[in-house]
Amino acid sequence: MILPAYLNTKIAKTVIAALLGAIMLLPFKGVLSSLILFAAIASVLTVISLSGKIRVPSAFSTIPAVIKRNKTCIALSLAGILAACPLVLNNYFIDVLIMAGIYSILAIGLNVIVGFTGLLNLGFAAFYACGAYTYALLNTKIGLGFWVCLPVSALLTSCAGFLLAVPALRLRGDYLAIVTLGFGEITRLILNNWDSLTHGPNGITGIEAPTIAGISLRDLHYYYYIVFGILAVSLLIIRRVEMSRFGRAWKAIKENEIAASTIGINTTKYKLFAFAFGSFWAGIAGMLFAAKMQFVSPESFTFMESVLILSMVILGGLGNTYGAVLGAFLLVMLPEALREMQLYRMLILGMGLVLLMRFRPQGLLGVK
Amino acid sequence: MLLQQLINGLTLGSVYAIIALGYTMVYGILELINFAHGEVYMLGAYLGIILMGFFTATGVAGPGMSLALTVVFSAMFCAMYGFAMEKVAYKPLRNAPRLSPLISAIGISIFLQNFVMLTQGATDKVFPYQFGETALIISDVRMTATQVLIIAVSMLMMISLRLFVSRTRIGKAMRATSQDKTMATLVGIDVDMIISVTFVIGAVMAAIAGVMVAAYYGLVNYTIGYIAGIKAFTAAVLGGIGSIRGAMLGGIVLGLMESLGAAYISSEYKDAIAFVVLILILLVKPAGIFGRDIPEKV
Repeated sequence: MILPAYLNTKIAKTVIAALLGAIMLLPFKGVLSSLILFAAIASVLTVISLSGKIRVPSAFSTIPAVIKRNKTCIALSLAGILAACPLVLNNYFIDVLIMAGIYSILAIGLNVIVGFTGLLNLGFAAFYACGAYTYALLNTKIGLGFWVCLPVSALLTSCAGFLLAVPALRLRGDYLAIVTLGFGEITRLILNNWDSLTHGPNGITGIEAPTIAGISLRDLHYYYYIVFGILAVSLLIIRRVEMSRFGRAWKAIKENEIAASTIGINTTKYKLFAFAFGSFWAGIAGMLFAAKMQFVSPESFTFMESVLILSMVILGGLGNTYGAVLGAFLLVMLPEALREMQLYRMLILGMGLVLLMRFRPQGLLGVK
Repeated sequence: MLLQQLINGLTLGSVYAIIALGYTMVYGILELINFAHGEVYMLGAYLGIILMGFFTATGVAGPGMSLALTVVFSAMFCAMYGFAMEKVAYKPLRNAPRLSPLISAIGISIFLQNFVMLTQGATDKVFPYQFGETALIISDVRMTATQVLIIAVSMLMMISLRLFVSRTRIGKAMRATSQDKTMATLVGIDVDMIISVTFVIGAVMAAIAGVMVAAYYGLVNYTIGYIAGIKAFTAAVLGGIGSIRGAMLGGIVLGLMESLGAAYISSEYKDAIAFVVLILILLVKPAGIFGRDIPEKV
C-alpha cells in the first residue's frame, strides 16, 4: 500500500500520532485529558524532529572509563560512606538502604544468569522465595538459627536453580524465559495454597533476627552491617568468578553458543552452573529479607518482583556486576525520593523499560 | 456434570483460542512473543464496560444492539492500541538482540496495566448489563446466552481468519512475510504494513474476546490480561506456535483441561494447570501439535 504524498510528511505523521494517542485515551480519561495528551505528543514529536537524532551525551558515555581509572579511590570512599551511614541516619533511611542492599544481592545473582550467560530468567522471585521460606520454616518449625541456616538456605536454593535448569536448558531464548516465568508462578501458587506448611496467604510470622554471641541483631542499625557485609563478600566472590574460567565461558556462550561449543566449552555444564550460582545469591537475599521482616508471605514474590529485579540488572547494564548494584540502589531509592509519585511508580518503570531498550539498550554502565 | 464441565471448558477454550491467534500470528511473522497481547484483551474488556455503560445510559439502542456496538467500537479502539504498540515498542527494535523486544514488551505490559489501574481504579469493575438468562437446557446441562454467544462468535472469527489468510491478497502477503521477510520485500510486499495488519487483526480479536468475557463473568480487573495472556500463549505453544489451526485447537484443548482439572483435581491449583501443561509441552515436544521443528542455523 502506497501512502499519498501528503500523509508521508513529518507534519502529517506528527498529527496522526498525536490524534491516535488522544483517541486512545478518550474512553478512559475523558475529553479534556485527551486534548492535553494531543498537545503533549504533538509538541514532544515536534521538538524531537527539530532537534534531529537523539544522542546520549558524550560525558555520559565516558562515566565507565572515569570510574575504571579511579577504581580503588571510589571503592574506598563508597565503603567509608556506607559504613558511616548507621551512625548518622535514622531508622527510615537505614530501612531503605537495607532493602537496597538485599536487592543488590538479588540483582548481582540474576546478572550471572541473564547478564553473563544471556539466559533470560523471568522467575527469579521464586528463588528469592525459596531462600526466604527455607529460613522461615527451619527457624519457626525446628528452631535453627540464622548462621546455621545461611549455608543451608543458599545451597538449597542453588539446588532448586540447578533442578529447574536441567530440563529448562533444552530450550532457548524466549521459550526459556516463559518456562522460568511458569516456574515462578507455580512456586507462588504452591506457597499460597499449601496451608498446612506455609499458612497460605497469611504467611509465616515470628521469624528470628540473627544473633552474634547471644546478642540479637534485631536493631536495623546492626542488621545493616550484616547485609552490607554479605553484599561486600558476594561482590568479591562474583567478581573473582567472573574473571575466572567460568566467567569467560559464560560470556563466550552469551556471544555465540555454537562458536563457544566448537572451541571446547561444555555449554550445558556452564549454563547449569550459571543457574545454580545465580540462584545461590537469591537464596541468601531471600534469607536476609525474611530475617529483616521477621515475616514472609507469597505476596512478596510475585511476577512483578521478578520483573523489578530484572529491571535493575538491565538499567545498570546487562553483564556489569557494579551496574546491577547501581540499578538496585536507583530502583529502590528513587520511588522513596519521589513519594508523591508512588502511584505512578510502576507506570514509569514500564515506560522506562521501553525507552531504555530504544535509546540505551546497554544500560547505564554497560558498553556497546 | 461431565457434560456441563465440557461446555464450560469449551467456552473458556474458545476465548483462549482467539487470544492465542494473536500470539501465534505475531510469532509467525516476527518470531517475537508479544508479551503485551494479554493487556490488549484486558483493555478490550474495560472498553466493553465503559462503552456498554455509555450506550445503555444514553439509551441509543436496546441491550443486544448496545452489545454489538460495544464490540465494534472496542475492537476499533484496541486496533489502535495494537497498532501503536507495534510502532512504539517493537518497530525500532527490529534488528536489536532478541532480548530487547521481549523486555520492551514487558515494559508495555506493565505500563498498560498501571494505566488502566490509575484511570479506572484497582477494584473490580462490574459489567453494566446482565445477560443472565439460561438459553438452552438439555436434560441437566445448561448453557447461558453469553456462553452460546462466545462459542458462536469465536467459531465465526476463526473461520473468517482462516479464509482471510488463505484466500485474500493480504493473507497471501502475510504468509509470504512469515516465510522470508527479505524475499517478501523483493517481490514488492510492504512488510511494515503487513506487520501492522497482523498486530491490528490480533488486537481486534483480543478486544472481542475481552468484551465477551466481561459480559460473561460480569467482573473485570486490571490484572486479567496477564493471566489470560499466559494461558493463551500456552494454548499457542500447545498447538505449535506460528500455526493458526494449532492455536485454535490448543486453546480449546487447554480450556477443556482447565475446566476438567478444576472440577476433578483441584480448583485451588486451576491456574497452575496451564503452567504445568506449558512446561511439559516445551520439554517434551517444543514444536507443539502442528508446529515444525526448526533446526538451529549458524
